[in-house]
Amino acid sequence: MQVDNIIRVFFDPHIIASVLPQLLSHGLVNTLVLTVFAVVIGLLLGLVIAMMLLARTRWLRWPARVFVDVFRGLPGVLTIFIVGLGLPLAGLDVFGRNTYPYAVVAIGIIESAYIGEIFRSGIQSVAAGQMEAARSLGLSYWAAMRHVRIPQGIRRVLPALTGQIIITIKETALVYVLGLTATQQELFSLSQSGSSQYASMTPVVVAGVIYLALTIPLTHFVNWLDRRLQRGPAPTPASDAERPAPQAVIAEG
Amino acid sequence: MTPQATAPATQTAVGVHIAHLDKSFGARAVLRDVSLDVTAGTTTCIIGRSGSGKSTLLRCINGLETADRGEIGIGGATLRPDDRSLNALRSRVGMVFQHFNLFPNHDVLGNVTLALRRVHGMSRHDAEERATRALDRVGMLSFARSHPDRLSGGQQQRVAIARAIAPGPSVMLFDEATSALDPELVKGVLGLMRALADEGMTMVVVTHEMAFARQVSDQVAFISDGTVAVSGAPDTVFEHPEHPALRRFLDQVL
Repeated sequence: MQVDNIIRVFFDPHIIASVLPQLLSHGLVNTLVLTVFAVVIGLLLGLVIAMMLLARTRWLRWPARVFVDVFRGLPGVLTIFIVGLGLPLAGLDVFGRNTYPYAVVAIGIIESAYIGEIFRSGIQSVAAGQMEAARSLGLSYWAAMRHVRIPQGIRRVLPALTGQIIITIKETALVYVLGLTATQQELFSLSQSGSSQYASMTPVVVAGVIYLALTIPLTHFVNWLDRRLQRGPAPTPASDAERPAPQAVIAEG
Repeated sequence: MTPQATAPATQTAVGVHIAHLDKSFGARAVLRDVSLDVTAGTTTCIIGRSGSGKSTLLRCINGLETADRGEIGIGGATLRPDDRSLNALRSRVGMVFQHFNLFPNHDVLGNVTLALRRVHGMSRHDAEERATRALDRVGMLSFARSHPDRLSGGQQQRVAIARAIAPGPSVMLFDEATSALDPELVKGVLGLMRALADEGMTMVVVTHEMAFARQVSDQVAFISDGTVAVSGAPDTVFEHPEHPALRRFLDQVL
């Protein structure tokens, strides 16, 4: 019977029961750890990259441009392979023989290229008058960037940043090429091992469902954030006599 | 620093001195040999057609634009182009823009306290106290916790004026401060500017409001073709315009 066959291959309840605990306790945790560390590296390094891309001197702009072009231009799996296996092989083994941190660094570098470009576009989109007003008050370039331009720029790209986090969650699956140990395996690698073990697609399908449980809510969060930011800030308690607040829009949220 | 948000500038004897200023954007000469002196405690209005160089001249005074040649002095100190002296000068010169340029990532109070804290090194408490007085001065105290985007243009410009006067500047620059406002909101902002002038603030005002220029200023400078074509007391400029370009301009705007 065809249906039985489909259920056995993709949705075998016995296999689900036996792989789900480990997928959650190890796979999901590793996926989240990889994502969080890579995003933190991506945000910090990305902000530096963005500052360099916006710098007045070409000696800062050009290296940042090359960095962004290279790591956005390469397939992620290739970068992860080169950084994850290449660095320790070349003797740049700052983390010893443990592959896991190299995987984090590799994804972090890729993310910083994307996030740097996102930051740059956001910061650049802030009207020139904002910097002028800040500078006219006597703020230095860096004080004006820090207190006026960067916060506004980042706020504008929050949806894009969240979108990039979704991409990072999925990209962590690529570390399977590094052949991590059982306790280090993230969702996809672990489900793949289970798949060979049980000769069934079911573990991978379970992993897929867990990925979707992470990414779909985040996607809807992005959409919500996008609508909210386009609508402007939340209304303040003080009423404006000269321009009434748009009540209908507030009620909808 | 003076304790009052709006210190009478006459006491500090600060004026603005502009001598032989040249400024080009690429091949286009915007200012040509501009010289203008503003006595401390007086108001000078700069009038002229759109694109005549009025705003560029104003922006040269606090170094938002760098002049190609010439000299600018504020209160006897010559403007030097390095960042440190520019920041020091700007902390003593308030500027109000046509499009307000309030910071949307700060509330109204935060807009006024930012420079007090980050430039003038005041504590949060002192800065908020000072900002509160400045907001009260412009009639916007009840909006201290409002978001700038939720204010009308007139209210935003009042906050922008509070932000500029809060540090107690010795000179105030106004760059078409009422040009972006709805007609019914213009009066309130002009009244505020007039009150500042009456208190003896040294002001340089780029404006299209001829009535304001006539009634409030001590000196009117008519800019034509990037240079000061006529300058003098408002009566002289408005009642007996001899310069042909000034006459044509006044015929069109009055």
